[in-house]
Amino acid sequence: MAGPGGGGCPAGGHDLQWCFSQVKGAVDEDVAEADIISTVEFSYSGDLLATGDKGGRVVIFQREQENKSRPHARGEYNVYSTFQSHEPEFDYLKSLEIEEKINKIRWLPQQNAAHFLLSTNGRFCFKLRGQDKTIKLWKISERDKRAEGYNLKDEDGRLRDPFRITALRVPILKPMDLMVEASPRRIFANAHTYHINSISVNSDHETYLSADDLRINLWHLEITDRSFNIVDIKPVNMEELTEVITAAEFHPLQCNVFVYSSSKGTIRLCDMRSSALCDRHSKFFEEPEDPSSRSFFSEIISSISDVKFSHSGRYMMTRDYLSVKVWDLNMESRPVETHQVHEYLRSKLCSLYENDCIFDKFECCWSGSDSAIMTGSYNNFFRMFDRNTRRDVTLEASRENSKPRACLKPRKVCAGGKRRKDEMSVDSLDFNKKILHTAWHPAENVIAVAATNNLYIFQDKVN
Amino acid sequence: VRGSSMSAEVPEAASAEEQKEMEDKVTSPEKAEEAKLKARYPHLGQKPGGSDFLRKRLQKGQKYFDSGDYNMAKAKMKNKQLPTAAPDKTEVTGDHIPTPQDLPQRKPSLVASKLAG
Repeated sequence: MAGPGGGGCPAGGHDLQWCFSQVKGAVDEDVAEADIISTVEFSYSGDLLATGDKGGRVVIFQREQENKSRPHARGEYNVYSTFQSHEPEFDYLKSLEIEEKINKIRWLPQQNAAHFLLSTNGRFCFKLRGQDKTIKLWKISERDKRAEGYNLKDEDGRLRDPFRITALRVPILKPMDLMVEASPRRIFANAHTYHINSISVNSDHETYLSADDLRINLWHLEITDRSFNIVDIKPVNMEELTEVITAAEFHPLQCNVFVYSSSKGTIRLCDMRSSALCDRHSKFFEEPEDPSSRSFFSEIISSISDVKFSHSGRYMMTRDYLSVKVWDLNMESRPVETHQVHEYLRSKLCSLYENDCIFDKFECCWSGSDSAIMTGSYNNFFRMFDRNTRRDVTLEASRENSKPRACLKPRKVCAGGKRRKDEMSVDSLDFNKKILHTAWHPAENVIAVAATNNLYIFQDKVN
Repeated sequence: VRGSSMSAEVPEAASAEEQKEMEDKVTSPEKAEEAKLKARYPHLGQKPGGSDFLRKRLQKGQKYFDSGDYNMAKAKMKNKQLPTAAPDKTEVTGDHIPTPQDLPQRKPSLVASKLAG
């Protein structure tokens, strides 16, 4: 995966070496709920990296220009802008606390100097309130000039009486310290009753979809008071509910195609050209299951927590509790690849059900060239799978490995039997240290890993 | 060995089906875990899926407090114990009257993210 352009096949078949680059966040022992990172996303160019947290705050990092004195080191990410996207609210009408946690951030492709991103909190708002704040479009713009020389105001700032202004003075633009401003440009009237799990920008750059447990809506970026419902799986009688929508995404190239995954481990591909309401899928992806191996846990661990198209648009990847699967869009009968993330947890499912960990929603991501995939695990471990060499590695995001450019040592978990010296036993894993959110730079081997309240940035070893 | 039994009778020889089940428990870690769970929660439903489970999931994290309900319940049940919910495993609805202690803390005033520090 070394070499120009990055994200590609390993040069000469050698595996990638990952090194520590940066870590952001406090070293507190006691982590406040609000500081827990809930989403991480690189912009289309990779120059910006956005994070959202449970306190409703967004922090955007920008990559520094490469240092001329160290031409081989990549630029670092430093804070560019931060703002409160969603605020905590209490709905007095229904005595409900409306959560401000940022569930998803999605960047829009950059069309001018400003950057735009969509952010959503999970909670629903009621139409009764007339205040709908679940999906917001933010404009992030830079200001490095200020107009000076207005003669409209007195020195103390009071507006002058227009009749007393006798001279025409044209203000002059003067340079000022760079200021990055974030302003909400659209607030999309809520059309969601349930927990929003996904937003996805269409390749037409004009529309986007939002999905909750039972419905998927289509929006136009310019229109905030209306959306089209394109999928509705709510049964007339809620007693008949058997599955919910867990994730949805637009195809990266075909603007009429999207997929959505379910709590039963299935994926449906829909084509918006075939009908206005896409309740009928065009393709249905499901892996056949051996009925004799079915257990109480089968359905829970098959629930798909994330679905992502490859950059090429030819494949999609799904994450369930124990594995990551790659599907060829042309083959609905089974995945073309299955990668075990932490199979050793299969013999711990009882405890994981009791402590609710079995419901943790892990995300997954592709490398820029689609040759590798990454997903998180427990104990601040994350896993990478090289699809070409078929090799996988377990790495750890830890402050102990945070010396600049220190290479990460592969970690190993011992499932049972004799444990080697540098292996960890399953029972000593810390299940509170979950890596649910990771992101891979669109073009280079730079990754961002969210470990609770800390953001780690790793890069491949530069020769 | 058969499951725990109050009877002092000598257990009958296991049928072929029971033997297969026992084999499954030995060879399949998932089935062994299922047996463990059922031993701890005998009233657990057969299927984890289904509408009850999903509806609980749809409501996950949602907690409400209605002061009117709360005060009326307190008045009615002055001498009785309030039914308590098993931690995290039941919905905050129906029999269980949410108390102020059940609710998440009101949020503190808005402060900047430490990631930007």
